[in-house]
Amino acid sequence: MVTTTAELAEDEDGRARFDALIAADQRIEPRDWMPDKYRRTLVRQISQHAHSEIIGMQPEANWITRAPSLKRKAILMAKVQDEAGHGLYLYAAAQTLGISREEMTAQLIEGRARYSSIFNYHTPTWADMGAIGWLVDGAAICNQVPLCRASYGPYGRAMVRICKEESFHQRQGFEILYELSHGTPEQKQMAQDAVDRWYWPSLMMFGPSDDASPNSAQSMAWNIKRFSNDELRQRFVGMCVPQFEALGLECPDKDLRYDEETGTWITGEIDWDEFAAVLDGRGPANAARLRHRREAHDDGAWVREAAAEYARKQHDSERVAV
Amino acid sequence: MSEHSGAHGDVSVDELTLAEELLGSGTTATPPVAEYAMRLGDDALILSQQLGGWISRAPELEEDLALGNIALDLIGHARALLRYAGTASDRSEDDLAFWRDEPEFRSCWLVEQPNGHFGDTIARQFLFSAYQVELYQALATSTDPSLGAIAGKAEREVAYHLDHAAQWMLRLAGGTEESRGRITVSLGDLYPYVDELFEDDELTDRLAGVAPRPSSLRAGFDRTVASVLAEADLETPAVKPARGDGRRGGHTASMGYLLAEMQWLARRHPGATW
Amino acid sequence: MPTPGETGTEAWPLWEVFVRANRGLSHVHAGSLHAPDEAMALRNARDLYTRRSEGVSIWVVPAAAITTSDPDAKGAFFESPAGKNYRHAVYYTRAEGVKHL
Repeated sequence: MVTTTAELAEDEDGRARFDALIAADQRIEPRDWMPDKYRRTLVRQISQHAHSEIIGMQPEANWITRAPSLKRKAILMAKVQDEAGHGLYLYAAAQTLGISREEMTAQLIEGRARYSSIFNYHTPTWADMGAIGWLVDGAAICNQVPLCRASYGPYGRAMVRICKEESFHQRQGFEILYELSHGTPEQKQMAQDAVDRWYWPSLMMFGPSDDASPNSAQSMAWNIKRFSNDELRQRFVGMCVPQFEALGLECPDKDLRYDEETGTWITGEIDWDEFAAVLDGRGPANAARLRHRREAHDDGAWVREAAAEYARKQHDSERVAV
Repeated sequence: MSEHSGAHGDVSVDELTLAEELLGSGTTATPPVAEYAMRLGDDALILSQQLGGWISRAPELEEDLALGNIALDLIGHARALLRYAGTASDRSEDDLAFWRDEPEFRSCWLVEQPNGHFGDTIARQFLFSAYQVELYQALATSTDPSLGAIAGKAEREVAYHLDHAAQWMLRLAGGTEESRGRITVSLGDLYPYVDELFEDDELTDRLAGVAPRPSSLRAGFDRTVASVLAEADLETPAVKPARGDGRRGGHTASMGYLLAEMQWLARRHPGATW
Repeated sequence: MPTPGETGTEAWPLWEVFVRANRGLSHVHAGSLHAPDEAMALRNARDLYTRRSEGVSIWVVPAAAITTSDPDAKGAFFESPAGKNYRHAVYYTRAEGVKHL
């Protein structure tokens, strides 16, 4: 492709406008000129986020048919259904950047896309529904609230809707754990066991430490990201401490301490090797998650084709009628 | 539930508990009314349980949402009906859902037919919703205020379920050759379980005024089904009815597996709250 | 210019959804979705964008049918009203302190 001088000049104008908008903390909208790398970063981040919502349905959907009370069954269905909705909002936001949902779905089921590695853990007990709601959704909310102000308009708007709808997700998880930790000894043990398994992975959800996070600085400069990984992790741990107490459960981090001087929580050593392994596809459930998604997609192909074909026929017959 | 905050409403866990008017407002059901409410409640519960198995597996994300909404409506009906049924024997909705054995369930055979593929699920939903629309329309004027209130709310919801299923009947029948073949087979497989829905028995005879006689709902059902099938250019299947025995506690083989999955956790922890 | 998002290559096209929150209000853009045709688009919109009773009426529009202004032409396109502040009530100051004006 040959770039003409006119195009170059247009790029320069566009860049100046883009930089001015970012500097003024204004939003970028789909048809605005934007640097290629900004667009690519957003497509990657928003589609990963959408994939996480969709894959994230699985560990919980797995318990809908076994929920121990009708009220819990209804709540869990509503929650997993919300996650499908959130995936949809995010795919639509990414689509405004020029990538179709079909392409993103193909990337996901062919194993070419990433999603939050937290969903590559299994959910062997009912208490995992509590731990996911309380810790995983809790961590997600810490990450997501600042994204409501992300510089890309459609992303920010999707996140506003998602955050509003998610307000009940964390609470229902906390409530599940509360009932369990105040129930029979077996129930309490089930709750502690689930929290032990989900606590560390939920801290990893904030991503590597700032000094080991390659994309963070640029994303912050572009107002896509508003706080560093470590800042958000700190904030989350600080919120969890009194909640552990309310639940009557023990925090699995035995080295956790509050540093009076800096006013921050110092966590024990996070196992970043585990994080890297799961992210790299070597987690307990990576293969199962992709297979489930691929099968749903493949099993539904004849249905999607039928509806598309029906629409085509209706359209053609209308044209004939005219 | 008309309170809004911002552009979209917030929902809290509490809002998912039952609305006051559906709780029977302290009324105790008589044993025959309780038995009747249990039939309806079990139908809704079993179908909701089945649809719950679709979430995360639908042909497209939009359909995950749609099936989820239907399942949520149905579990709402089930909870209201089972609560009311339980007032006769001092049992909670969960006592009835999780602690009864298979022969004590009163659900019809249509709802316990397996999910199968999407066409099977749609055909099952289409037939059952067409029945429920007639049922709840008639029941809304029940002399029993609790049943009437439950039916009045459910009536509007099942009308949407029917519409959704009918839309898909048209698309699958009028889509590709493959989809037409599949939905034709699905309809034929499920049609034998229709007759059971409209059988009168000693209980429904006794409940004149409280509940419509099932046989009186058949004509409306037939009209609805016939008009959708005509538009879809499908034949009403010429199949022999199965001798469904759900109202007396007889069930097909799939019911055992369904209940085992649904009840397993609750039963492992007797007396526990969740 | 076409609206952003529609690729024209997908089996189910993209639809834009507008929801009226209450009687007396305008339909406001809520988001988008995929559907094979307009009947399903309406139903999908109902299931996706009004599951917390957010609306009393829905519009769905094929994304491909929406024409948007060109942001790069922003200067020329939106310049004219800028010089016409006499279109706004605050331009007129003589009436200050006089009631019912």
